[in-house]
Amino acid sequence: MANLSVKINRLSLKNPVMTASGTFGYGLEYADFVPLEELGGIIVKGTTLEPRQGNDYPRMAETAQGMLNCVGLQNKGVDYFCEHIYPQIKDIQTNFIVNVSGNSPQTYAECAQRLAKLEKIPAIELNISCPNVKQGGMAFGVTCEGAASVVRAVRKVYPKTLIAKLSPNVTDIASIARTCEDEGADSISLINTLLGMAVDIEHRKPLLSIRTGGLSGPAVKPVALRMVYDVTHAVKIPVIGLGGIMTAEDAIEFLMCGATAIQVGTANFIDPGVTMKIRDGINDWLDRHGCASVDEIIGAID
Amino acid sequence: MKKYCQDLTVVSAEHLSDKHTLLKLTRDEALPPMQPGQFVEVRCDGSASTFLRRPISINYFDPERNEMWILVAAVGDGTKSLMNLKAGDKLNCIFPLGNHFTLAQRPDEKLLLVGGGVGIAPLLFAGKCLSKQGVRPSFLLGARSAKDLLELDLFKQLGDVYVTTEDGSLGEKGFVTNHSILKEQSFDRICTCGPKPMMMAVARYASHASIDCEASLENMMACGLGACLCCVEKTTEGNLRVCKDGPVFNINQLLWQI
Repeated sequence: MANLSVKINRLSLKNPVMTASGTFGYGLEYADFVPLEELGGIIVKGTTLEPRQGNDYPRMAETAQGMLNCVGLQNKGVDYFCEHIYPQIKDIQTNFIVNVSGNSPQTYAECAQRLAKLEKIPAIELNISCPNVKQGGMAFGVTCEGAASVVRAVRKVYPKTLIAKLSPNVTDIASIARTCEDEGADSISLINTLLGMAVDIEHRKPLLSIRTGGLSGPAVKPVALRMVYDVTHAVKIPVIGLGGIMTAEDAIEFLMCGATAIQVGTANFIDPGVTMKIRDGINDWLDRHGCASVDEIIGAID
Repeated sequence: MKKYCQDLTVVSAEHLSDKHTLLKLTRDEALPPMQPGQFVEVRCDGSASTFLRRPISINYFDPERNEMWILVAAVGDGTKSLMNLKAGDKLNCIFPLGNHFTLAQRPDEKLLLVGGGVGIAPLLFAGKCLSKQGVRPSFLLGARSAKDLLELDLFKQLGDVYVTTEDGSLGEKGFVTNHSILKEQSFDRICTCGPKPMMMAVARYASHASIDCEASLENMMACGLGACLCCVEKTTEGNLRVCKDGPVFNINQLLWQI
Protein backbone atom coordinates (compact mmCIF):
# COMPACT_ATOMS: atom_id res chain seq x y z
CA MET A 1 0.00 0.00 0.00
CA ALA A 2 1.65 3.17 -1.24
CA ASN A 3 1.30 6.52 0.48
CA LEU A 4 -1.30 8.33 -1.62
CA SER A 5 -1.60 11.53 0.41
CA VAL A 6 -0.81 14.84 -1.25
CA LYS A 7 -0.96 18.49 -0.23
CA ILE A 8 -2.49 21.43 -2.07
CA ASN A 9 -1.16 24.37 -0.12
CA ARG A 10 -2.45 23.83 3.47
CA LEU A 11 -5.00 21.32 2.26
CA SER A 12 -4.21 17.67 3.00
CA LEU A 13 -5.77 15.13 0.67
CA LYS A 14 -6.00 11.44 1.60
CA ASN A 15 -5.36 10.67 -2.04
CA PRO A 16 -5.10 12.70 -5.24
CA VAL A 17 -8.59 11.77 -6.48
CA MET A 18 -11.21 14.51 -6.34
CA THR A 19 -14.48 14.98 -8.19
CA ALA A 20 -15.01 17.82 -10.65
CA SER A 21 -17.58 20.53 -10.13
CA GLY A 22 -20.93 19.98 -11.81
CA THR A 23 -20.46 16.25 -12.23
CA PHE A 24 -20.91 15.01 -8.67
CA GLY A 25 -23.63 17.28 -7.26
CA TYR A 26 -22.93 17.83 -3.58
CA GLY A 27 -21.54 14.33 -3.21
CA LEU A 28 -24.76 13.11 -1.59
CA GLU A 29 -26.15 12.07 -4.99
CA TYR A 30 -23.33 9.51 -5.20
CA ALA A 31 -23.36 8.24 -1.62
CA ASP A 32 -24.82 4.88 -2.68
CA PHE A 33 -21.84 4.28 -4.97
CA VAL A 34 -18.81 5.91 -3.32
CA PRO A 35 -17.74 6.09 0.34
CA LEU A 36 -17.47 9.88 0.17
CA GLU A 37 -14.97 10.14 3.04
CA GLU A 38 -12.50 8.10 0.99
CA LEU A 39 -12.22 10.72 -1.73
CA GLY A 40 -9.37 13.22 -1.74
CA GLY A 41 -11.96 15.95 -2.13
CA ILE A 42 -15.31 16.87 -3.60
CA ILE A 43 -15.69 20.05 -5.64
CA VAL A 44 -19.36 20.88 -5.36
CA LYS A 45 -21.57 22.39 -8.04
CA GLY A 46 -20.77 25.93 -9.23
CA THR A 47 -22.24 28.40 -6.75
CA THR A 48 -23.12 32.05 -7.32
CA LEU A 49 -24.13 34.92 -5.07
CA GLU A 50 -27.70 34.92 -6.39
CA PRO A 51 -29.75 31.89 -7.48
CA ARG A 52 -29.52 31.05 -11.20
CA GLN A 53 -31.97 29.09 -13.36
CA GLY A 54 -29.34 28.17 -15.96
CA ASN A 55 -29.98 27.79 -19.67
CA ASP A 56 -32.93 26.27 -21.47
CA TYR A 57 -33.18 22.59 -22.38
CA PRO A 58 -31.57 20.95 -24.35
CA ARG A 59 -28.41 21.37 -22.35
CA MET A 60 -26.54 18.27 -23.43
CA ALA A 61 -25.39 16.54 -26.57
CA GLU A 62 -23.44 13.31 -26.80
CA THR A 63 -20.37 13.51 -29.02
CA ALA A 64 -17.59 11.13 -30.02
CA GLN A 65 -15.97 10.01 -26.76
CA GLY A 66 -17.49 12.87 -24.84
CA MET A 67 -20.35 15.26 -24.39
CA LEU A 68 -21.24 18.91 -24.72
CA ASN A 69 -23.14 20.70 -21.99
CA CYS A 70 -24.55 24.19 -21.57
CA VAL A 71 -26.13 23.89 -18.14
CA GLY A 72 -25.22 27.49 -17.37
CA LEU A 73 -24.53 27.33 -13.63
CA GLN A 74 -28.02 26.48 -12.43
CA ASN A 75 -27.81 26.71 -8.63
CA LYS A 76 -29.83 28.04 -5.72
CA GLY A 77 -27.24 30.58 -4.64
CA VAL A 78 -24.62 30.73 -1.89
CA ASP A 79 -27.07 31.44 0.94
CA TYR A 80 -29.10 28.34 0.10
CA PHE A 81 -25.86 26.38 0.04
CA CYS A 82 -24.84 27.69 3.47
CA GLU A 83 -28.24 27.09 5.05
CA HIS A 84 -29.44 23.88 3.42
CA ILE A 85 -26.58 21.97 1.81
CA TYR A 86 -23.71 22.67 4.19
CA PRO A 87 -25.44 21.12 7.23
CA GLN A 88 -25.87 17.89 5.25
CA ILE A 89 -22.23 17.59 4.22
CA LYS A 90 -20.23 19.21 7.01
CA ASP A 91 -19.69 16.01 8.98
CA ILE A 92 -18.49 13.93 6.03
CA GLN A 93 -14.75 13.52 6.48
CA THR A 94 -13.39 14.74 3.17
CA ASN A 95 -12.42 18.09 1.69
CA PHE A 96 -15.54 19.81 0.43
CA ILE A 97 -14.46 22.59 -1.89
CA VAL A 98 -17.00 25.00 -3.31
CA ASN A 99 -16.72 26.07 -6.93
CA VAL A 100 -17.54 29.79 -7.07
CA SER A 101 -18.70 31.79 -10.06
CA GLY A 102 -19.82 35.36 -10.54
CA ASN A 103 -20.42 38.17 -13.00
CA SER A 104 -18.02 40.69 -11.48
CA PRO A 105 -14.96 40.54 -9.20
CA GLN A 106 -17.19 41.90 -6.43
CA THR A 107 -19.78 39.12 -6.70
CA TYR A 108 -17.03 36.48 -6.66
CA ALA A 109 -15.57 38.13 -3.56
CA GLU A 110 -18.89 38.41 -1.76
CA CYS A 111 -19.66 34.77 -2.45
CA ALA A 112 -16.18 33.77 -1.22
CA GLN A 113 -16.60 35.85 1.93
CA ARG A 114 -19.76 33.97 2.88
CA LEU A 115 -18.10 30.62 2.24
CA ALA A 116 -15.05 31.61 4.29
CA LYS A 117 -17.24 31.53 7.38
CA LEU A 118 -18.02 27.82 6.93
CA GLU A 119 -15.60 25.93 9.14
CA LYS A 120 -15.68 22.67 7.13
CA ILE A 121 -15.13 24.27 3.72
CA PRO A 122 -11.33 24.50 3.60
CA ALA A 123 -11.01 25.85 0.07
CA ILE A 124 -12.83 27.34 -2.87
CA GLU A 125 -12.27 26.90 -6.58
CA LEU A 126 -12.78 30.06 -8.63
CA ASN A 127 -14.59 29.26 -11.83
CA ILE A 128 -13.24 31.85 -14.23
CA SER A 129 -13.79 29.43 -17.06
CA CYS A 130 -17.47 28.51 -17.45
CA PRO A 131 -18.21 28.76 -21.19
CA ASN A 132 -22.00 28.70 -20.76
CA VAL A 133 -22.91 32.01 -19.19
CA LYS A 134 -23.22 35.31 -21.02
CA GLN A 135 -21.72 37.49 -18.33
CA GLY A 136 -18.70 36.59 -16.26
CA GLY A 137 -17.50 33.00 -16.16
CA MET A 138 -15.10 32.40 -18.99
CA ALA A 139 -14.95 36.11 -19.87
CA PHE A 140 -12.63 36.54 -16.87
CA GLY A 141 -10.53 33.51 -17.60
CA VAL A 142 -9.54 34.33 -21.17
CA THR A 143 -7.43 37.38 -20.41
CA CYS A 144 -4.69 37.92 -17.84
CA GLU A 145 -6.37 41.17 -16.73
CA GLY A 146 -9.74 39.44 -16.20
CA ALA A 147 -8.21 36.56 -14.28
CA ALA A 148 -6.15 38.95 -12.18
CA SER A 149 -9.17 41.09 -11.29
CA VAL A 150 -11.11 38.14 -9.90
CA VAL A 151 -8.24 36.46 -8.05
CA ARG A 152 -7.14 39.79 -6.54
CA ALA A 153 -10.65 40.68 -5.32
CA VAL A 154 -11.18 37.24 -3.77
CA ARG A 155 -7.70 36.97 -2.28
CA LYS A 156 -8.32 40.14 -0.25
CA VAL A 157 -11.29 38.60 1.53
CA TYR A 158 -10.61 34.86 1.45
CA PRO A 159 -7.89 33.57 3.79
CA LYS A 160 -8.18 29.83 3.08
CA THR A 161 -6.92 27.79 0.15
CA LEU A 162 -7.78 29.48 -3.12
CA ILE A 163 -7.80 27.48 -6.35
CA ALA A 164 -8.28 29.14 -9.75
CA LYS A 165 -9.92 26.95 -12.42
CA LEU A 166 -8.71 27.87 -15.87
CA SER A 167 -10.33 27.80 -19.27
CA PRO A 168 -8.62 25.96 -22.13
CA ASN A 169 -10.22 28.37 -24.60
CA VAL A 170 -7.15 30.62 -24.66
CA THR A 171 -3.99 31.10 -26.67
CA ASP A 172 -1.51 30.92 -23.81
CA ILE A 173 -2.81 29.19 -20.71
CA ALA A 174 0.57 29.35 -18.96
CA SER A 175 0.53 33.15 -18.86
CA ILE A 176 -2.93 33.15 -17.27
CA ALA A 177 -1.76 30.60 -14.71
CA ARG A 178 1.23 32.80 -13.86
CA THR A 179 -1.07 35.78 -13.43
CA CYS A 180 -3.23 33.85 -10.98
CA GLU A 181 -0.15 32.79 -9.06
CA ASP A 182 1.11 36.39 -8.94
CA GLU A 183 -2.25 37.53 -7.56
CA GLY A 184 -2.04 35.04 -4.71
CA ALA A 185 -3.87 31.92 -5.88
CA ASP A 186 -2.71 28.85 -3.92
CA SER A 187 -3.36 26.37 -6.69
CA ILE A 188 -4.48 26.10 -10.30
CA SER A 189 -6.98 23.57 -11.60
CA LEU A 190 -7.38 22.88 -15.30
CA ILE A 191 -8.97 22.32 -17.72
CA ASN A 192 -12.58 23.45 -17.73
CA THR A 193 -14.52 22.40 -20.84
CA LEU A 194 -13.55 23.23 -24.41
CA LEU A 195 -16.08 25.38 -26.21
CA GLY A 196 -17.78 23.34 -28.91
CA MET A 197 -20.87 22.81 -31.00
CA ALA A 198 -23.01 20.06 -32.53
CA VAL A 199 -25.70 20.27 -35.20
CA ASP A 200 -29.02 18.51 -35.74
CA ILE A 201 -28.81 18.15 -39.52
CA GLU A 202 -32.46 17.09 -39.96
CA HIS A 203 -33.76 20.26 -38.33
CA ARG A 204 -30.81 22.40 -39.46
CA LYS A 205 -30.20 23.80 -36.01
CA PRO A 206 -27.75 23.46 -33.14
CA LEU A 207 -28.34 20.58 -30.71
CA LEU A 208 -27.84 22.87 -27.72
CA SER A 209 -30.26 25.62 -26.67
CA ILE A 210 -27.59 28.35 -26.66
CA ARG A 211 -25.83 26.91 -29.73
CA THR A 212 -22.51 26.24 -28.02
CA GLY A 213 -21.46 24.23 -25.00
CA GLY A 214 -18.48 22.86 -23.15
CA LEU A 215 -16.89 19.63 -24.38
CA SER A 216 -15.77 17.11 -21.76
CA GLY A 217 -14.88 13.44 -21.63
CA PRO A 218 -12.01 11.39 -23.07
CA ALA A 219 -12.09 13.45 -26.28
CA VAL A 220 -10.42 16.36 -24.45
CA LYS A 221 -7.79 14.43 -22.51
CA PRO A 222 -4.80 14.99 -24.82
CA VAL A 223 -5.48 18.73 -24.85
CA ALA A 224 -5.84 18.77 -21.07
CA LEU A 225 -2.59 16.86 -20.56
CA ARG A 226 -0.65 19.25 -22.76
CA MET A 227 -2.06 22.24 -20.90
CA VAL A 228 -1.38 20.71 -17.48
CA TYR A 229 2.18 20.06 -18.60
CA ASP A 230 2.55 23.68 -19.79
CA VAL A 231 1.12 25.11 -16.58
CA THR A 232 3.08 22.92 -14.16
CA HIS A 233 6.22 24.14 -15.91
CA ALA A 234 5.13 27.79 -15.63
CA VAL A 235 4.07 28.08 -11.96
CA LYS A 236 5.41 26.93 -8.57
CA ILE A 237 2.02 26.44 -6.91
CA PRO A 238 0.42 22.98 -7.06
CA VAL A 239 -1.70 22.13 -10.07
CA ILE A 240 -4.85 20.00 -10.13
CA GLY A 241 -5.38 18.25 -13.46
CA LEU A 242 -8.65 17.29 -15.05
CA GLY A 243 -10.11 16.63 -18.46
CA GLY A 244 -11.36 13.27 -19.66
CA ILE A 245 -9.97 11.07 -16.87
CA MET A 246 -11.76 7.72 -17.03
CA THR A 247 -9.19 5.33 -15.55
CA ALA A 248 -6.27 5.15 -13.13
CA GLU A 249 -3.93 5.13 -16.13
CA ASP A 250 -5.41 8.42 -17.30
CA ALA A 251 -4.93 9.88 -13.82
CA ILE A 252 -1.30 8.72 -13.71
CA GLU A 253 -0.65 10.50 -17.01
CA PHE A 254 -1.82 13.75 -15.41
CA LEU A 255 0.31 13.13 -12.31
CA MET A 256 3.35 12.45 -14.47
CA CYS A 257 2.69 15.70 -16.35
CA GLY A 258 3.05 17.46 -13.01
CA ALA A 259 -0.45 17.54 -11.48
CA THR A 260 -0.40 17.12 -7.70
CA ALA A 261 -4.00 15.93 -7.70
CA ILE A 262 -6.66 15.16 -10.26
CA GLN A 263 -10.40 15.60 -10.68
CA VAL A 264 -12.77 13.09 -12.20
CA GLY A 265 -15.76 14.62 -13.99
CA THR A 266 -17.73 13.18 -16.87
CA ALA A 267 -16.58 9.64 -16.00
CA ASN A 268 -18.91 9.78 -12.97
CA PHE A 269 -21.83 9.71 -15.41
CA ILE A 270 -20.66 6.47 -16.99
CA ASP A 271 -19.62 4.73 -13.79
CA PRO A 272 -20.78 6.39 -10.57
CA GLY A 273 -18.22 4.35 -8.60
CA VAL A 274 -15.28 5.12 -10.89
CA THR A 275 -13.40 7.35 -8.41
CA MET A 276 -12.63 4.48 -6.06
CA LYS A 277 -11.47 2.34 -8.98
CA ILE A 278 -9.13 5.16 -10.01
CA ARG A 279 -7.77 5.54 -6.48
CA ASP A 280 -7.21 1.79 -6.15
CA GLY A 281 -5.71 1.63 -9.63
CA ILE A 282 -3.18 4.35 -8.79
CA ASN A 283 -2.22 2.45 -5.66
CA ASP A 284 -1.85 -0.82 -7.56
CA TRP A 285 0.33 0.84 -10.18
CA LEU A 286 2.57 2.34 -7.50
CA ASP A 287 2.86 -1.02 -5.72
CA ARG A 288 3.63 -2.79 -8.98
CA HIS A 289 6.36 -0.30 -9.77
CA GLY A 290 7.89 -0.31 -6.31
CA CYS A 291 6.91 3.28 -5.51
CA ALA A 292 6.38 3.97 -1.81
CA SER A 293 4.54 7.21 -2.44
CA VAL A 294 2.53 8.93 -5.14
CA ASP A 295 5.02 11.83 -4.82
CA GLU A 296 7.49 9.72 -6.78
CA ILE A 297 5.46 10.01 -9.98
CA ILE A 298 4.20 13.60 -9.73
CA GLY A 299 6.05 15.50 -12.46
CA ALA A 300 7.96 12.37 -13.41
CA ILE A 301 8.38 13.52 -17.00
CA ASP A 302 10.52 16.55 -17.78
CA MET B 1 -34.27 4.13 -1.65
CA LYS B 2 -30.82 2.65 -2.20
CA LYS B 3 -29.55 2.67 -5.77
CA TYR B 4 -27.31 0.07 -7.33
CA CYS B 5 -24.77 0.08 -10.14
CA GLN B 6 -24.08 -3.48 -11.16
CA ASP B 7 -24.09 -6.11 -13.86
CA LEU B 8 -27.46 -7.78 -14.18
CA THR B 9 -27.89 -11.07 -15.99
CA VAL B 10 -30.13 -11.31 -19.04
CA VAL B 11 -32.68 -14.06 -18.39
CA SER B 12 -34.19 -13.70 -21.84
CA ALA B 13 -34.24 -11.29 -24.77
CA GLU B 14 -37.50 -11.42 -26.73
CA HIS B 15 -37.82 -9.50 -29.96
CA LEU B 16 -41.37 -8.16 -29.79
CA SER B 17 -41.08 -6.39 -33.14
CA ASP B 18 -38.35 -5.54 -35.61
CA LYS B 19 -37.35 -2.64 -33.37
CA HIS B 20 -38.43 -3.64 -29.88
CA THR B 21 -36.76 -6.07 -27.52
CA LEU B 22 -37.95 -7.11 -24.09
CA LEU B 23 -35.03 -7.79 -21.76
CA LYS B 24 -35.75 -9.70 -18.57
CA LEU B 25 -32.97 -9.09 -16.07
CA THR B 26 -32.03 -10.65 -12.76
CA ARG B 27 -29.27 -10.91 -10.18
CA ASP B 28 -28.34 -13.53 -7.58
CA GLU B 29 -29.57 -11.55 -4.58
CA ALA B 30 -33.14 -10.30 -4.40
CA LEU B 31 -33.77 -7.22 -6.53
CA PRO B 32 -34.64 -4.14 -4.47
CA PRO B 33 -38.17 -2.75 -4.25
CA MET B 34 -39.07 -0.53 -7.20
CA GLN B 35 -42.02 1.53 -8.32
CA PRO B 36 -43.79 2.07 -11.67
CA GLY B 37 -42.36 5.08 -13.48
CA GLN B 38 -38.85 4.49 -12.20
CA PHE B 39 -36.09 3.81 -14.70
CA VAL B 40 -32.71 2.21 -15.26
CA GLU B 41 -29.57 3.81 -16.71
CA VAL B 42 -28.13 1.18 -19.03
CA ARG B 43 -24.55 1.07 -20.29
CA CYS B 44 -24.39 0.14 -23.97
CA ASP B 45 -21.12 -1.79 -24.01
CA GLY B 46 -21.93 -3.29 -27.39
CA SER B 47 -21.81 0.09 -29.13
CA ALA B 48 -18.40 1.71 -29.40
CA SER B 49 -19.92 5.01 -30.56
CA THR B 50 -22.20 5.31 -27.52
CA PHE B 51 -20.56 7.22 -24.68
CA LEU B 52 -23.34 7.90 -22.20
CA ARG B 53 -25.79 5.52 -20.59
CA ARG B 54 -29.35 5.29 -21.86
CA PRO B 55 -32.33 5.76 -19.55
CA ILE B 56 -34.95 3.02 -20.01
CA SER B 57 -38.11 2.74 -17.93
CA ILE B 58 -38.92 -0.32 -15.90
CA ASN B 59 -41.54 -2.31 -17.79
CA TYR B 60 -42.32 -4.81 -15.07
CA PHE B 61 -40.99 -6.02 -11.76
CA ASP B 62 -41.66 -9.58 -10.71
CA PRO B 63 -40.38 -10.17 -7.16
CA GLU B 64 -41.40 -13.86 -7.26
CA ARG B 65 -39.17 -14.59 -10.25
CA ASN B 66 -36.71 -11.88 -9.15
CA GLU B 67 -36.94 -10.27 -12.59
CA MET B 68 -36.89 -6.68 -13.74
CA TRP B 69 -38.06 -6.14 -17.31
CA ILE B 70 -37.04 -3.31 -19.61
CA LEU B 71 -38.52 -2.72 -23.03
CA VAL B 72 -35.92 -1.42 -25.46
CA ALA B 73 -36.84 0.52 -28.60
CA ALA B 74 -34.01 0.64 -31.13
CA VAL B 75 -33.54 4.35 -31.76
CA GLY B 76 -29.81 4.88 -32.18
CA ASP B 77 -26.64 2.81 -32.10
CA GLY B 78 -26.75 2.41 -28.32
CA THR B 79 -30.25 1.00 -28.07
CA LYS B 80 -29.72 -1.06 -31.26
CA SER B 81 -26.75 -2.73 -29.58
CA LEU B 82 -29.02 -3.80 -26.71
CA MET B 83 -31.11 -5.78 -29.18
CA ASN B 84 -28.13 -8.12 -29.69
CA LEU B 85 -28.10 -9.24 -26.06
CA LYS B 86 -28.79 -12.92 -25.40
CA ALA B 87 -29.77 -14.95 -22.35
CA GLY B 88 -26.80 -15.20 -20.01
CA ASP B 89 -25.22 -11.90 -21.12
CA LYS B 90 -24.50 -9.18 -18.59
CA LEU B 91 -25.94 -5.68 -18.73
CA ASN B 92 -24.56 -2.96 -16.48
CA CYS B 93 -27.41 -0.98 -14.93
CA ILE B 94 -27.89 1.85 -12.43
CA PHE B 95 -31.27 1.34 -10.78
CA PRO B 96 -33.91 2.04 -9.59
CA LEU B 97 -33.92 5.76 -10.45
CA GLY B 98 -36.41 8.61 -10.26
CA ASN B 99 -39.87 8.99 -8.77
CA HIS B 100 -43.00 7.10 -9.75
CA PHE B 101 -46.64 7.35 -10.72
CA THR B 102 -49.14 7.92 -7.94
CA LEU B 103 -51.00 4.66 -7.42
CA ALA B 104 -54.71 4.40 -6.59
CA GLN B 105 -55.78 6.63 -3.75
CA ARG B 106 -59.00 4.69 -3.15
CA PRO B 107 -60.27 1.28 -4.34
CA ASP B 108 -62.99 2.68 -6.63
CA GLU B 109 -60.73 5.24 -8.33
CA LYS B 110 -61.22 5.13 -12.11
CA LEU B 111 -57.75 5.32 -13.63
CA LEU B 112 -56.86 5.71 -17.29
CA LEU B 113 -53.31 4.85 -18.30
CA VAL B 114 -52.43 6.32 -21.70
CA GLY B 115 -49.32 5.12 -23.51
CA GLY B 116 -47.85 5.70 -26.93
CA GLY B 117 -45.13 3.69 -28.68
CA VAL B 118 -42.53 2.33 -26.27
CA GLY B 119 -44.01 4.71 -23.68
CA ILE B 120 -46.46 1.96 -22.80
CA ALA B 121 -43.62 0.25 -20.91
CA PRO B 122 -44.05 1.66 -17.38
CA LEU B 123 -47.82 1.40 -17.63
CA LEU B 124 -47.69 -2.41 -17.53
CA PHE B 125 -45.85 -2.23 -14.21
CA ALA B 126 -48.29 0.44 -13.02
CA GLY B 127 -51.20 -1.82 -13.98
CA LYS B 128 -49.66 -4.69 -12.01
CA CYS B 129 -49.28 -2.50 -8.90
CA LEU B 130 -52.85 -1.27 -9.28
CA SER B 131 -54.16 -4.81 -9.57
CA LYS B 132 -52.41 -5.60 -6.28
CA GLN B 133 -54.42 -2.71 -4.82
CA GLY B 134 -57.57 -4.31 -6.21
CA VAL B 135 -57.95 -1.65 -8.88
CA ARG B 136 -58.61 -2.52 -12.52
CA PRO B 137 -57.51 0.42 -14.66
CA SER B 138 -58.28 1.17 -18.29
CA PHE B 139 -55.41 1.26 -20.73
CA LEU B 140 -55.48 3.44 -23.83
CA LEU B 141 -52.54 2.43 -25.99
CA GLY B 142 -51.47 3.94 -29.29
CA ALA B 143 -48.90 3.12 -31.93
CA ARG B 144 -48.18 3.69 -35.61
CA SER B 145 -49.30 0.24 -36.59
CA ALA B 146 -50.56 -3.04 -35.10
CA LYS B 147 -47.07 -4.57 -35.08
CA ASP B 148 -45.84 -1.76 -32.80
CA LEU B 149 -48.46 -2.46 -30.13
CA LEU B 150 -46.58 -4.50 -27.58
CA GLU B 151 -47.54 -6.76 -24.68
CA LEU B 152 -51.26 -6.38 -25.37
CA ASP B 153 -52.06 -9.78 -23.88
CA LEU B 154 -50.33 -8.79 -20.64
CA PHE B 155 -52.19 -5.49 -20.45
CA LYS B 156 -55.49 -7.32 -20.98
CA GLN B 157 -54.85 -9.41 -17.85
CA LEU B 158 -54.71 -6.22 -15.78
CA GLY B 159 -57.45 -4.00 -17.17
CA ASP B 160 -59.64 -2.96 -20.07
CA VAL B 161 -57.54 -2.21 -23.12
CA TYR B 162 -58.43 0.34 -25.81
CA VAL B 163 -56.20 0.74 -28.83
CA THR B 164 -55.52 3.25 -31.59
CA THR B 165 -53.18 2.94 -34.55
CA GLU B 166 -52.23 5.69 -36.94
CA ASP B 167 -52.75 3.39 -39.95
CA GLY B 168 -55.93 1.80 -38.59
CA SER B 169 -54.42 -1.70 -38.60
CA LEU B 170 -55.72 -2.33 -35.07
CA GLY B 171 -58.32 -0.62 -32.89
CA GLU B 172 -59.54 2.83 -33.80
CA LYS B 173 -57.65 4.74 -36.47
CA GLY B 174 -55.93 7.91 -35.28
CA PHE B 175 -54.22 9.13 -32.14
CA VAL B 176 -55.01 8.11 -28.58
CA THR B 177 -56.73 11.42 -27.93
CA ASN B 178 -59.17 10.67 -30.78
CA HIS B 179 -60.38 7.44 -29.15
CA SER B 180 -64.12 7.24 -28.47
CA ILE B 181 -63.52 5.98 -24.93
CA LEU B 182 -62.64 9.53 -23.93
CA LYS B 183 -66.12 10.67 -24.91
CA GLU B 184 -67.97 7.64 -23.58
CA GLN B 185 -66.45 7.24 -20.15
CA SER B 186 -65.27 9.52 -17.38
CA PHE B 187 -62.11 8.99 -15.36
CA ASP B 188 -60.84 10.26 -12.02
CA ARG B 189 -57.20 10.36 -12.97
CA ILE B 190 -54.87 9.83 -15.95
CA CYS B 191 -51.25 8.64 -16.08
CA THR B 192 -49.46 9.00 -19.39
CA CYS B 193 -46.15 8.11 -20.97
CA GLY B 194 -45.10 8.41 -24.58
CA PRO B 195 -43.92 10.90 -27.19
CA LYS B 196 -44.13 14.49 -25.94
CA PRO B 197 -46.71 15.65 -28.53
CA MET B 198 -48.96 12.76 -27.45
CA MET B 199 -48.54 13.54 -23.76
CA MET B 200 -49.26 17.20 -24.41
CA ALA B 201 -52.47 16.24 -26.22
CA VAL B 202 -53.43 13.98 -23.31
CA ALA B 203 -52.61 16.78 -20.87
CA ARG B 204 -54.79 19.16 -22.89
CA TYR B 205 -57.70 16.70 -22.74
CA ALA B 206 -57.21 16.13 -19.00
CA SER B 207 -56.89 19.82 -18.30
CA HIS B 208 -60.10 20.68 -20.20
CA ALA B 209 -61.96 17.81 -18.54
CA SER B 210 -60.56 18.80 -15.12
CA ILE B 211 -58.99 15.38 -14.63
CA ASP B 212 -55.87 15.03 -12.52
CA CYS B 213 -53.02 13.88 -14.78
CA GLU B 214 -49.43 12.71 -14.40
CA ALA B 215 -46.96 12.51 -17.29
CA SER B 216 -43.63 10.68 -17.40
CA LEU B 217 -40.99 12.68 -19.29
CA GLU B 218 -37.95 11.38 -21.12
CA ASN B 219 -35.65 14.38 -21.48
CA MET B 220 -32.10 13.54 -22.52
CA MET B 221 -29.97 12.70 -19.52
CA ALA B 222 -26.35 12.25 -18.64
CA CYS B 223 -25.96 11.14 -15.01
CA GLY B 224 -29.47 9.97 -14.11
CA LEU B 225 -28.67 10.77 -10.47
CA GLY B 226 -29.58 14.45 -10.18
CA ALA B 227 -26.01 15.73 -10.40
CA CYS B 228 -25.43 17.12 -13.89
CA LEU B 229 -28.64 19.17 -14.36
CA CYS B 230 -28.78 18.36 -18.09
CA CYS B 231 -32.30 16.90 -18.20
CA VAL B 232 -34.20 19.78 -16.62
CA GLU B 233 -37.82 20.64 -17.38
CA LYS B 234 -39.35 24.07 -16.74
CA THR B 235 -41.90 23.84 -13.95
CA THR B 236 -43.81 26.05 -11.57
CA GLU B 237 -40.91 25.48 -9.16
CA GLY B 238 -38.20 26.45 -11.67
CA ASN B 239 -36.02 24.05 -13.63
CA LEU B 240 -36.45 20.60 -12.13
CA ARG B 241 -34.42 17.47 -12.89
CA VAL B 242 -36.38 14.88 -14.84
CA CYS B 243 -34.04 12.14 -13.56
CA LYS B 244 -34.45 12.88 -9.87
CA ASP B 245 -37.43 15.20 -9.31
CA GLY B 246 -39.22 13.25 -12.09
CA PRO B 247 -39.58 11.53 -14.48
CA VAL B 248 -43.23 11.70 -13.38
CA PHE B 249 -44.74 15.18 -13.00
CA ASN B 250 -48.27 16.33 -12.40
CA ILE B 251 -49.25 18.33 -15.48
CA ASN B 252 -50.09 21.26 -13.18
CA GLN B 253 -46.37 21.50 -12.39
CA LEU B 254 -45.36 21.69 -16.04
CA LEU B 255 -45.27 24.89 -18.06
CA TRP B 256 -46.54 23.23 -21.23
CA GLN B 257 -48.52 25.47 -23.56
CA ILE B 258 -51.69 23.37 -23.67
